[in-house]
Amino acid sequence: MGDFLLYPELLTEMNPKHLNSLTIVQALKALAKKQISIDEIYESVNLAVKNNQNLNIYLSLNSQAQKQAQKANKTNLPLAGLPIAVKDNYCTKGLKTTASAKVLDNFIPEFDATVIQHLQKAGGVVLGKTNMDAWAHGSSTETSDYGRTLNPRNPDYLPGGSSGGTAAAVAANTCIAGLGTETAGSIRQPSAWCGVVGLKPTYGRVSRSGIVAMASSTDSPGPITKTVTDAALLLQQIAGLDLKDSTTNPVPVPDFAQDLKRGIGDLKIGLLYHDVPELKKVMNLIEPELKVFERLGAHLEPVKALDPHYAISVYTIVQRAEVSSNLARYTGVRYGLDRSHFAAEARRRIMLGTFTLSKGYADQYYKTAQKVRTLYRQDFAKLFGHYDLLISLSSPGFAKKIGVTAGEAMFGELEDLILEPSSIVGLPGLNVPCYRDPKTNLFLGLNIMAPMWREDLILRAGYAFEQATNWNEWAKND
Amino acid sequence: MRSNKQPIGTNGLKMTNSKSKYQLICGLEIHAELKTKSKMFCGCVNDPFGAKQPNIYTCPICLGMPGGLPVANKQAIEWTIQLGLALNCKIHLFSKFDRKHYFYPDLPKGYQISQYDQPFCFDGFVETSQGKVAITRVHLEEDTGKLLHKTSGGHKVTLVDFNRGGVPLVEIVTEPEIKSALQAKELAQYLRQIIRYLEIGDCNMEQGGMRLEANVSLSPNGQLPNYKTEVKNINSFRFLEQAINYEIGRQSDVLDKHQTPPQETRGFDAGKGVTFSQRIKETAADYRYFPEPDIPPIRFTKTQVERLQAGLPELPGQVRTRWQRQFNLSPSLVNRLIISQAQTELLDGVWQMASRDKLSPTKLADWILNQPKFLKQSFSAHQVIDRYQSETKTEKVDEKELTQIVQQTLIQFPSEVQRFRSGERKLLGFFIGQIKPQVSASADIKQISSIINQVLNH
Repeated sequence: MGDFLLYPELLTEMNPKHLNSLTIVQALKALAKKQISIDEIYESVNLAVKNNQNLNIYLSLNSQAQKQAQKANKTNLPLAGLPIAVKDNYCTKGLKTTASAKVLDNFIPEFDATVIQHLQKAGGVVLGKTNMDAWAHGSSTETSDYGRTLNPRNPDYLPGGSSGGTAAAVAANTCIAGLGTETAGSIRQPSAWCGVVGLKPTYGRVSRSGIVAMASSTDSPGPITKTVTDAALLLQQIAGLDLKDSTTNPVPVPDFAQDLKRGIGDLKIGLLYHDVPELKKVMNLIEPELKVFERLGAHLEPVKALDPHYAISVYTIVQRAEVSSNLARYTGVRYGLDRSHFAAEARRRIMLGTFTLSKGYADQYYKTAQKVRTLYRQDFAKLFGHYDLLISLSSPGFAKKIGVTAGEAMFGELEDLILEPSSIVGLPGLNVPCYRDPKTNLFLGLNIMAPMWREDLILRAGYAFEQATNWNEWAKND
Repeated sequence: MRSNKQPIGTNGLKMTNSKSKYQLICGLEIHAELKTKSKMFCGCVNDPFGAKQPNIYTCPICLGMPGGLPVANKQAIEWTIQLGLALNCKIHLFSKFDRKHYFYPDLPKGYQISQYDQPFCFDGFVETSQGKVAITRVHLEEDTGKLLHKTSGGHKVTLVDFNRGGVPLVEIVTEPEIKSALQAKELAQYLRQIIRYLEIGDCNMEQGGMRLEANVSLSPNGQLPNYKTEVKNINSFRFLEQAINYEIGRQSDVLDKHQTPPQETRGFDAGKGVTFSQRIKETAADYRYFPEPDIPPIRFTKTQVERLQAGLPELPGQVRTRWQRQFNLSPSLVNRLIISQAQTELLDGVWQMASRDKLSPTKLADWILNQPKFLKQSFSAHQVIDRYQSETKTEKVDEKELTQIVQQTLIQFPSEVQRFRSGERKLLGFFIGQIKPQVSASADIKQISSIINQVLNH
């Protein structure tokens, strides 16, 4: 592996030549003090991108990135021109956007997604577009029509998905921070597998306008970053009501950084899914990590919640239905390639969704799924009546070896087992690294969830955990 | 092809017309575009008929590009609810949009955003001269683009114009309670009158701003039969009447042979006045409806609906009744005059002034109806009355002089005179037309015609 494949050990000290490994906070500080220049950051990042080409992280690069960064840097914008890795399902004006699907092989959008507009307004720069599972269908980045991405922590393994490209981009320090999207696990699971921070905001907190739709009722764009503070900073810039997306919400966006360091001594936390059989093995590994919360003064106890397995059915039915509908527009009549270019996974989802919406089956499947969705909503409402936060693992285990998804149609759903219940309900969740296997260098992630619109709470808890443990090397210089 | 056997009716009398054996079961589905400023789900200009070029009023949303999200047009929703209220409908306080899936090149998303099981308005009715017809529902959806079949460089090509794609479209569905083609026509005309009167749509039939569909079947016993024929794309009220009558004849023939007409969609050939089969439906179309996840459900409070109700003007039917009561105007006479709120306001003034000046509102209405373009100019009630009085003031002309003009004129039309004498009395109008301009614009027609008769009967 190249010089820039950074294992945690290599990060213990800030190497001035490795400016690509800076966090947003560190980079802004150094830029403000004029210790480094924006051009130096780009030189370092560009080199990292080049040296990590074997990981297949970026599908395309923005040739204007550095120029745009210089401009943003001069005008004193909050993100100062920092390079951001963007998942390829965000429409970027004039920049190829494929969602890793051959059907959109040559699609160049006419407009920027709202999130991209916000990002640019704040001085963030789209460095490049990252690989993902085609159409975001998957949890491995192995179903990309442009080849799989490898996990920077250990290239024999997958990065997870569907935002695997962005998670890998952050983990490999080929950017300062990144943007992903999640319907059920697509930010948190790859973040867990790659050992980075990933925040899935409340559904409706961040605009979906300009994002290639996957499952419209659950799609949530969000940041994938090196630290919790960075996640808070990036979310701050992209969140809020968007008149172009009717499902965004007018609830005010708080200052996420403000309460970040307030601690969690006053919080009551419920431990979710500790007794789910699939999780037994890894639960033991993070047992000591859970004690950290108590050490920080929070009250933690296991809770009984509605079995997450039902959520697989609900999610599969609802999501496939929406997928079959959202992909109907890709006919190749006006743009893109025709439907014969859909790969196996997309075809499976289109067929299943079409079936569950068909006459005579819609009641049996789609409507029943919506009813169960309501049950989960009620269950979470009940739980949050007692607890400020709920925590669980972000994934049932460590990253899987490359090639594992072949022939496993339900790979993603089983992988996202513990995230699907809260995703179909729209709750926010944050992945923070919570364990590293010294043999494989692979990570486990902790999923911290709060009621709708309480990203401030999960960021607070995430920050406290990050600072109290040693799993996040980047956070040490925070 | 009609059966030659004369069937015996239940009353033992021979039936001379096979049509009368069956009862018409007919319902209408009517689409009308709303004239909001912008389209239903995006900010594009809503002016498909005024567009100078194809595809100029388009954006990533109405073109169905990746990432485009629909945002519902509030004005269109309020107008739909007002239309529903005007049709005596109940309003769903909780409503939503749904996706209706089908593939067609003029439908860019692969689905149409429509309303399925929670339309904005339901359970209304319309009064016609042949009785009440129940309105099943009034819902809101988006229009499709328009296909243009052309030849380009020697090749037949189909082009799509999306200026119309995403224009707000209301659909009004009636119960199958229409008893005759004439009633269907009256109902459809009334719906156009209401939509125009509410100033929410132009309902231009030729351009497709209003489109008619009739579901027609016949029943021997008044029960709903087990088949249905949909006649689509009818673009005039006369054609609607023709199409239904044609179907009554055609289906009677099939039923007379003890066969069941197939479940099918038919088109109407205006040139031949016949319907023709377009598509046999063996199974019901499956549109895979599900709630549009990009638009949250729409909730209205009772107060909001009441406010919309209060915002409705006096409706054409109410105006007719009031004018009859107040001015003794016959509803059938004035119906054609009730075309806009502004005109109603003007005519209210006219009738009032007429009553005050001891003029007959009925005569005035008659006079106005005979000058179709007159009311398009902007007049005050006062000016209308003035114009009426000056144009209907008759001048008696010197009888000798008039007789001379009549004689001189008639000499120029010997063959017409001969035809008139041999009984073609309608030529009188032709003669008057020739003579009147020579006398005076306000010449007394009665006087002229009596002179003509005198001259010709000599």
